[in-house]
Amino acid sequence: MTPHLPNPPKRLVVVGNGMVGQRFVEALRARDADRAWTITVLSEEPRRAYDRVALSSYFDGADAASLDLVADGCYSDDTCVLHLGESAASIDRAGHSVLTTTGRTLDYDALVLATGSYPFVPPVPGRDLPGCFVYRTLDDLDAIRAAAEHAAATTRGRRSGLVIGGGLLGLEAARALRLLGMSPHVVELAPRLMPLQVDEGGGALLRDMIEALDVTVHLGTSVARIEHGQARDSRRMLATLADGTELDLDLVVFSAGIRPQDGLARDAGLALGARGGIAVDDGCATSDPAIFAIGECACIGERVYGLVAPGYAMAEVLADRLLGGTASFTPADTSTKLKLMGVDVASFGDALAQTEGALEVTLSNPVDRTYAKLVVSDDAKILLGGVLVGDASKYAILRPLVGRPLPGDPVAMIAPSGGMPSMSLPPDAQVCACHGLTKASICGAIAEHGLTDVPGIKACTKAGTGCGSCVPLLKTLLAESGVAQSTALCEHFAQTRAELFDIVRRDRIATFTELISVHGHGRGCDICKPVVASILASLDLGHILDGEQSALQDTNDHFLANIQRNGTYSVVPRIAGGEVTPEKLIVLGEVARDFQLYTKITGGQRIDLFGARVEPLPAIWRRLVDAGFESGHAYGKALRTVKSCVGSTWCRYGVQDSVSLAIELELRYRGIRSPHKIKAGVSGCARECAEAQSKDIGVIATENGWNLYVGGNGGFRPRHADLLMKDIDTATLIRTIDRFIMFYIRTADRLQRTSVWVESLSRDGTDGLQYLTSVLVDDSLGIAAELDAAMATHVERYEDEWAAVLDDPERLRRFVSFVNAPGAPDPSIAFVSERNQPRPVLPLLGRGKALEVLA
Amino acid sequence: MTTTIHAPLEAIRSADWQPICAYADLTPERGCAALVGSLQIALFRTFDGSVFAISNQDPFTGAYVLSRGIVGTRNDVPTVASPLHKQVFNLATGACLDDAGVAVTTYPVRLSDGVVQVLAA
Repeated sequence: MTPHLPNPPKRLVVVGNGMVGQRFVEALRARDADRAWTITVLSEEPRRAYDRVALSSYFDGADAASLDLVADGCYSDDTCVLHLGESAASIDRAGHSVLTTTGRTLDYDALVLATGSYPFVPPVPGRDLPGCFVYRTLDDLDAIRAAAEHAAATTRGRRSGLVIGGGLLGLEAARALRLLGMSPHVVELAPRLMPLQVDEGGGALLRDMIEALDVTVHLGTSVARIEHGQARDSRRMLATLADGTELDLDLVVFSAGIRPQDGLARDAGLALGARGGIAVDDGCATSDPAIFAIGECACIGERVYGLVAPGYAMAEVLADRLLGGTASFTPADTSTKLKLMGVDVASFGDALAQTEGALEVTLSNPVDRTYAKLVVSDDAKILLGGVLVGDASKYAILRPLVGRPLPGDPVAMIAPSGGMPSMSLPPDAQVCACHGLTKASICGAIAEHGLTDVPGIKACTKAGTGCGSCVPLLKTLLAESGVAQSTALCEHFAQTRAELFDIVRRDRIATFTELISVHGHGRGCDICKPVVASILASLDLGHILDGEQSALQDTNDHFLANIQRNGTYSVVPRIAGGEVTPEKLIVLGEVARDFQLYTKITGGQRIDLFGARVEPLPAIWRRLVDAGFESGHAYGKALRTVKSCVGSTWCRYGVQDSVSLAIELELRYRGIRSPHKIKAGVSGCARECAEAQSKDIGVIATENGWNLYVGGNGGFRPRHADLLMKDIDTATLIRTIDRFIMFYIRTADRLQRTSVWVESLSRDGTDGLQYLTSVLVDDSLGIAAELDAAMATHVERYEDEWAAVLDDPERLRRFVSFVNAPGAPDPSIAFVSERNQPRPVLPLLGRGKALEVLA
Repeated sequence: MTTTIHAPLEAIRSADWQPICAYADLTPERGCAALVGSLQIALFRTFDGSVFAISNQDPFTGAYVLSRGIVGTRNDVPTVASPLHKQVFNLATGACLDDAGVAVTTYPVRLSDGVVQVLAA
């Protein structure tokens, strides 16, 4: 028997230590337990591999160390060595060796080129001036930061930078400049932002949302020249655009795309792709079988990929091949979902409808600031791709359906509330793209391990723990798997809201602590605390900001105003029935002007004043209360408005005085806390100008009295109200509405509008409306007197919440932005002017998710 | 009343601690914001009397509002829910309990002679 000698290790040289090169080294080391290869890695940069995708977070608290990508122990022994600041100068293919930039010769058995790409700088006159930068490496970012700091030290007023290129990278660079305190301009030659991923409609919305962040966007133009500014000793620059616009700048960043770094391969005579990139086969081999290329420098399947995920896939393929495997690269899915400066953008499949005969279905909602487009086959049966801007939550369910038959009407699939629950994915559809999990594998885990909730699925399968975009889908899969949804309010209370209401009322419980210590556990959460606060308020147990109740309130109830997206609040005084005197209208205008508040007429016939920080709220309300206004409870789950038409007083068609009734109803029910908001309307004739049938409580005048409608709804799920009683007099009308509201408060679920509540009342063959009639009119439960008494108590005890705050120093204490600087306004809140009114500039995201690129 | 101090570092010089406000200024189970240099810090006093300090910026929206969220518990861990979109954060670690990849910065906090102090460099 001949002795078995191990083969001597083969020599592998890797040129490039970017994200893909490093991933390749780690993938090979993980598989090569026998150490068949010794590895030498050359890194042109003086740093080892770091996360280039999250580059802008470098200006957002991250340092070079936190971006480092190299696994512990990767280069800890002499079978795997990394040389920093040393690159390959040339390749001697015949001699199987590489000459390095420091003059060394490295012999190889296999050579891997992972040289990445370089930034494309268009030939703009002045592009070599100091103050012009590219956006690729940490050194580039250090140089940009130094220039920005110089500008901050020498420039008064706004500092601005120009970003050339409005693609994915350009918007990242713009984010970086914002984080450095500059006002960026972005110039893009194409007629829209992100032209490779997003279509015209999506680009238009993206532009609006990016401009709201103090970025000025110039589309369909280019930079004609860049020059030194006028002042002799200043470093400022002047850029002139092709359309004649002149921009006064502190610095310029080129991010107009990348080009494959293929010079080394070109000099060595390796075959290249038609438009550059080192040509490789599906095993990543170049035209020389001992040389391989991966990542952004490679041209594979006649494509060069500028995303990291296909590069990682190539790294895995090559690691397998070098150890004798047969893995091959399949054309990558370039679908992306990312957050750019806080704006959700997703693009998948054939997003730009380049397939022959493709049809496009588009839904654009300028109010919600969302845009959605599906691309479908010419027979409208197969989903080909799509674009989502503003709300990318449907990416998770749509992307797995690319190339498959549409499960429903394409419009319904992208409508805000449409289609999703009934859409059942095929078992092999990928649900969690981050961890490569299909519907079948997740449903299998639900069944096998008896999983009952999303956290359970996350812990067991890892689904939903990456980008998180599939979490809504996981809930659907639980329901599809027949997992019963608990009726418990939350983890702290096993009861429903209605059960808690009965407990509080029966046992006369006055505090949250008393309730949770006896009937729940823990210390509550954002679900149960506002519910209990609402129950206590419905039972008229004191001012909502007194004692422990204060800590239960949502921020809206806490500051008696409506929080807006930038952390400011809006103010809505009550204008009962929509009737307002000229004097009071003038006061509203004066207050808005003096406190610089954005002013808008609401759908409920009131006036909303936006953009107040917390500290001026009491001063605003002092003026309003002195002028005779009171809280409009727009911030509460409470009665909002009773809308009215002008009625028989003025209208030649009116048959009843709808305004007087609307005011009477609004003043009767103002301030009452309920499971959700309540809206009402009164129309003076059957023409229904007050749109009362879209309200929770609708009243329409008849020749003989009033018709009462209940359970209507606008909004998310529109529903016409049902006729409860016909031709009734005013006393009967008010008594019935009293009972309706009180019965709703006692028995509805948390955040259940009356429309859903009425439907939920159907019992044993009677529909909800019949049941309601039996309770409210025929008193079938024998509780009518109780309901009447509860409403009488509410009417008697009503006080204006805002007036009661202004008179109480203890309640006023909360109206400061900072506990240690009571006079200081919140510096993160800023406005620009739009149509002569303030418009918020949103603060930039901090250390949250920066940028995700998923394959 | 017991006050837990969430500061692991004994060696920190007392000069680095920034006085913020009197402990009595903190409302039980409510937050407030403090301005330390250009940093916005959210302070919370929980039911058991402990004080926590985290960044005031909501990482999902960029708005400086976390101090205005509802304080509570999840699986007995002290939490605050963002007032904008209700994501819940662990007050002790800053980790978002609804989104594994997200966390906010936490700051050491202690009580000295009835004054709440924060260590924020």
